[in-house]
Parts: sequence; structure tokens; C-alpha cells
Amino acid sequence: MADLKLTDVQKVYGGTVKVLSDINLDIKTGELIVFVGPSGCGKSTLLRMIAGLEKITGGTLEIDGQVVNDVPPSQRGIAMVFQSYALYPHMTVYENMAFSLRIAKADAATIDAKVRAAADKLQLTNFLDRLPKALSGGQRQRVAIGRSIVRDPKVYLFDEPLSNLDAALRVATRIEIAQLKEQMPDSTMVYVTHDQVEAMTLATRIVVLAGGGIAQVGTPLDLYERPNSTFVAQFIGSPAMNLLPGRITGTGDVTTLELDAGGGQITSTYPSRDSDMGAAVQVGIRPEDMTATEGDIFAFQGKVEITEALGEVTLLYFQKAAADQDAVIGKLAGIHQGLRGTTVRLTAKPEKVHVFRDGVSLLHRDAPVFLPGVQPH
Amino acid sequence: MPVIVTGAITILIGVGGMLAYFWLSNILLDRVFFPAKGENIGRNVRRATAIRPWLFVFPAIFALSLYLVVPVFYSAYLSVTSFASDNLAERGRFANYAAVFSDPEFRIALFNNFLWVLVVPAASTFIGLLAAQLTDRLSWGNIAKSLVFMPMAISFVGASLIWSFVYHPDPEIGILNAIRVTFGAEGGRTFIDGDVIDSLWLMVVLIWIQTGFAMVILSAALRGVPEDTIEAAIVDGANPFQIFFKIKVPQIMPTILVVWTTITILVLKVYDIVAAMGSQYRNVEILPTQMMQSFDSGNYGFATAISIVIMVLVLPVMIWNIRQSRAELR
Ligand SMILES: Nc1ncnc2c1ncn2[C@@H]1O[C@H](COP(=O)(O)OP(=O)(O)OP(=O)(O)O)[C@@H](O)[C@H]1O
Ligand SMILES: [Mg+2]
Repeated sequence: MADLKLTDVQKVYGGTVKVLSDINLDIKTGELIVFVGPSGCGKSTLLRMIAGLEKITGGTLEIDGQVVNDVPPSQRGIAMVFQSYALYPHMTVYENMAFSLRIAKADAATIDAKVRAAADKLQLTNFLDRLPKALSGGQRQRVAIGRSIVRDPKVYLFDEPLSNLDAALRVATRIEIAQLKEQMPDSTMVYVTHDQVEAMTLATRIVVLAGGGIAQVGTPLDLYERPNSTFVAQFIGSPAMNLLPGRITGTGDVTTLELDAGGGQITSTYPSRDSDMGAAVQVGIRPEDMTATEGDIFAFQGKVEITEALGEVTLLYFQKAAADQDAVIGKLAGIHQGLRGTTVRLTAKPEKVHVFRDGVSLLHRDAPVFLPGVQPH
Repeated sequence: MPVIVTGAITILIGVGGMLAYFWLSNILLDRVFFPAKGENIGRNVRRATAIRPWLFVFPAIFALSLYLVVPVFYSAYLSVTSFASDNLAERGRFANYAAVFSDPEFRIALFNNFLWVLVVPAASTFIGLLAAQLTDRLSWGNIAKSLVFMPMAISFVGASLIWSFVYHPDPEIGILNAIRVTFGAEGGRTFIDGDVIDSLWLMVVLIWIQTGFAMVILSAALRGVPEDTIEAAIVDGANPFQIFFKIKVPQIMPTILVVWTTITILVLKVYDIVAAMGSQYRNVEILPTQMMQSFDSGNYGFATAISIVIMVLVLPVMIWNIRQSRAELR
């Protein structure tokens, strides 16, 4: 029902504090867009600008082709779910959900029908007469969602809706939101989260915000498999992708690499140009893509300092090659015992080896890439 | 000795005496009675801890009982034992109360008191609430707030004096009359002249004083309303009026009630304003002024009977007020 278009959107606080700039984003009807990014990068600010709770200091925001920069929140056709639920404490669940309709002077029968339908959808029918303080966290969050559903908005905005819930409830509510989205294929949703799993499972596309701009936009697997910069590479996925300094020793459709410290030779399916020959690069390999090897083709060899056996996987933390480098982490499937203190050689399949030159992925060199200039973690 | 010197000495003795009391009594407790050593150290420490709070509240309890509790009982006693005439005394223990309730002036005073209780707390709380909300977002809001709060610092008698000037019949002195004259009225008008409406003119003074109190408390309460419930209401389409009356006010209702009852209690005790501004008119009489008049004429039984009536009227409001503010603290 609603497309969202952000053009050169910018946010400056108090004339000097630039929080966001050059935000360009096209959101199609029915998408569920997830904003992720380090704390303080402006996710909430951007969401609140879409809601109309925060003034847009530059650029335009269009909803359904209409510029809404100066349209008040209630007329933008949006609904927002707050992290703290923001329920009206003095109203019952029913009144909370009915409030917007009453403000809009809908007739009693319509209000009743809509509230009951929403309550039904969210299993809140038994709680309609309760005050918010007599509800659990998960129920409160469902009321907050119900409050937006009754308004039948074009765009749903969620600001970390699950972060106040405990782990089990978070999973349950996440699945409920996914189902809700499925029931309402025409509604557009924008969702802010800190949680990688939420982002990966819910999003049709993820927007990585950092350093005041958009680092990358893409489907979850896009970002995972083809990050455009070392920033996104390390931000998406946990533990973060290992970045190993190295040099290009062979160019072409397949690139051959030699790693600097404790490293060997490895190939990547990333294509490279002749001019890349000998260039210093960063070789990125995700911990979960690493496999132990005895062979001569390997990415990295080092002494295992700590092991963490989680049952389904074993995490290996290697001794740092240099003090200013992050420790290399390997994630091996299954249980591996007795590796602590030993020297292990790791390799990865060529299609799992990412290559970055000056922080930019070799796959994304043709388009401009925004480098946030901050640490992902 | 100049007054200021006596004043300073009194303050020094008062504060110094209190400090000396706390210091010495704690030393006595820790060194002499329950020293934290010896074979009973554990028991001693426990007892000292149990007793120490009492050391601190003792002066307050002592002063309060001396100046509040004793007088209450003594008043009650007087009201059933002291009679203005033997004639009255023969009519039994509660003759004073019977006289009070059959006194037409008492009825006027009671009615006036009722009006005061009805108007002043409502007006002060409402205006205070509006002032709190309106000054909240202003750049010069704090200055405005200080101005509204300022009358709180003025004594009731001082405020009465100020307002006597405001109401003064001479347009050269009274600002109200000056305004009337500017708009074409001929000559000054006497505001407080024995009309029934006079009580209202007097109430204005107390409202003027109490609005600041209500504003400060309610302003703090308004700030405590979660910002996101307001934002949710904005998204829900509420306009500023609806946000104020449907979202903010209901959330601070407990505080509003506490402010309301606190002012009510104060109103039931107000004396100075009426005494200073309307003493010559019977029709503005309220219970405390009537009580004082009986006192002045030496009719102690009658006066204390009125005072007990006032206490009985205040008590339920008081209890409710304390309950409410406790509930709010939780
Ligand atoms: N009123 C303000 N004036 C100045 N700076 C502000 C103001 N409000 C927010 N900021 C700044 O804007 C930045 C973005 O804030 P925002 O709340 O959008 O971050 P976020 O990405 O949502 O962070 P988190 O993940 O912690 O919720 C922060 O660095 C914050 O300090
Ligand atoms: Mg945030």
C-alpha cells in the first residue's frame, strides 16, 4: 500500500550536531526493512523522522509519492511501536487500543469491531479490561502492536520492540511479528533492532547505518555473503569476520593471496584487476567458514589460546599476531578437544574468502561505498 | 539590645543547642550505655542501632507533643468544662457545642468556610496546573515560574495588605479602580463593603498565594509523565488539548489530589486574610476568625468548641491526604 522514499535526508541537532546525512533509501510496499547499526548511529532518529516525531532538517521524505516532511505524524498513515511500549497507564487495554479511533471520532460500533479484531489477532481478548500494569512484558508489547493495528496504517514503525523482553519471550514475539507481517502482506514495516538474529530472520532488506550514513543496504544474505566494506563484514555475523592483512599475488577471475603474519597462500573467488598485483589487502574469513587443515594451502596458522566448547560448535581464539590486531577466531563444527596450546592451521573454501582493498570489497569497487570511519563493535 | 542581636543569639542558641544535643546524646549512647567493645559487643551495637533513630526524632516529638498534642486535649477539655455563664453550664457537658450550632453567626462562618474550601483549592490547583503546563516549554518559563511562585514567600498578612491596596476604593491607590476609571467608570468602587460576594475577593488573595505551590508540585509531576506516552498520543492523532487533558492530567491525578487536599487543609485553617481584610464585616466571617473573636472576648469554652469542630472537619481530609501521598511515594 505504501512506498517510502528518502532523498538526501539529513538530521542536524541544534544547528551543529550532524547525526545523519545523505540518507537515500527506497522502500517498496510490503517490505520489512530493518535498521541495524552500532549504538548511537541514529537508527531511532531516522525512524522518528519517518514517524514525524523528529524534524527532518534536510532532504525529503515521500510516502506514496507525496512529500510528507511537514505533515503531522497522525496524518502520515504511520503507526509506531515504542521500545518502552508507551502504553497509556491510566487506560485499559481496550481504551489504549481505541484511543486513536476515538480521537478520530469513529463511531462506537466501528471502534468496537476493530479493537476486538486486533485483540483477537494478538490473543488479547481476555485482557481487554485490564490496566497495562497488570500485564506481562510480552502482553504489553502485544497491546502496543494492537494499538497500531487498529489504526490500519500504511507503514508500521518499530523501535527495538523486543529489547525489553527476556530471551524466550523475544523469540516467541519475534515469530509472532513475522506471522503478523505474513497476514498483512501489503503493509510496509520499518524495524530497528540491535539483535542480529531479529535482523536476519525478519528483514526483507537490512539497512546498516553507521557513522552518520548508510554503510550498505541489501537482503540479509547479501550482506552476509557480499559485504561491501570491512565495516559491514565485521558488523554482520557473530563472532565478527576475521580480517587478516595480506597481499595479492595472482589476479584474474580468481585471486590468489598471500597472508602476512603466520599465513600461507589461499585463493578467493573474488575477481581482481591486473593493477591489483602486489596490492596490500585485507582478507576476510568468517569464523564459521574456517576449517582445520594439514595441507599446504591455508589462510592462517597460529597457537590456540582459548577454546570454548558449545557442543554444536567449538570456538578457537588464537594468539594475536600483533598487539594492535584482533585475535583470530575460528568456529569449528562439532566438538574438538585438546586443541588448546597447540598450533592449528586453518583454511577456507575460495568462495568464502572475502577480499577488501582500502576497506572496500573488491566486488563493490564500481559503486561508491560509504565507509563509516567507526569501529563496528 | 537591638532586635537583630537578640535574633542572632536566639538562632545561635537554637542551632548550637540542637547540634550539641545530637552530638552529646550520640556520644553517650556509643561510649557509656552501649559501647562497641567488651563481651556484649554484638548486643550493644544492635541496641545502639535500635535506639539511635529515637535520639534524632526525640526533639521533634517533644516539641510537637508540647505544642500540638497537649493543646488539642486541653481544648477538648475546655470545650466541655468552661462555660460563659452558669446558665449555660446547667445545660450539660455539651452546652457549648449546642450554643455553637445554634449560633447564626456560626452558620454564616460555616457556610463561608464551605465556600472557601470549594473555591480556593479548586482554583489554585487548576490555575497552578495551567501555569505549570504553559511555562513548561517557554524559554523564559523559569522566570515566569518564579514570578508565580513569589507570593508563597509573602506572609498572609502581607499579602492581605497588598491586596487591600489593589482593592482600595480610591482610584489613585487601588489598581482595580484605576483600571475601571480608565475605561470610563465614574469614581472608585468599594469592593469589600459587606456584600455576600466579599468572601470571593478575599479568596483571590489565597488563590494568588497558593497557585505557586500548586504550580511547582504539578510542574514536577508533569515532567514525570513519560515522554513516549505523549509521543504515542501524537502519533495517535491527539491535539495538544487532548494530550493535556486525556494523557497528562490523568497520569498525574494522584499528585493533583494531594495538592488539592493540602490546600484544602490550609484553607480550613486560614485566619489572617479574613482578619486583616474583612474584620469589620460579619458576612465574611469564617470559623477560625469566629473562634478568635470568642477567645478575645474571654469565652474560652465557646472558642474551643469551634476549634474542635474545625479539627473534626480537617481530620478526614488530612488522613486521606496522608494516605494518598504515601501511596504515591510507593
Ligand atoms: N536532542 C539531541 N541533541 C543532540 N544530539 C542528539 C539528540 N538526540 C539524539 N542525539 C544524538 O543522535 C545520535 C543518534 O541517536 P539515536 O537515538 O538515533 O541512536 P540509535 O542508533 O537509536 O542508538 P541506540 O542503538 O543506542 O538506540 C546519538 O549520537 C545521540 O547522541
Ligand atoms: Mg535507539
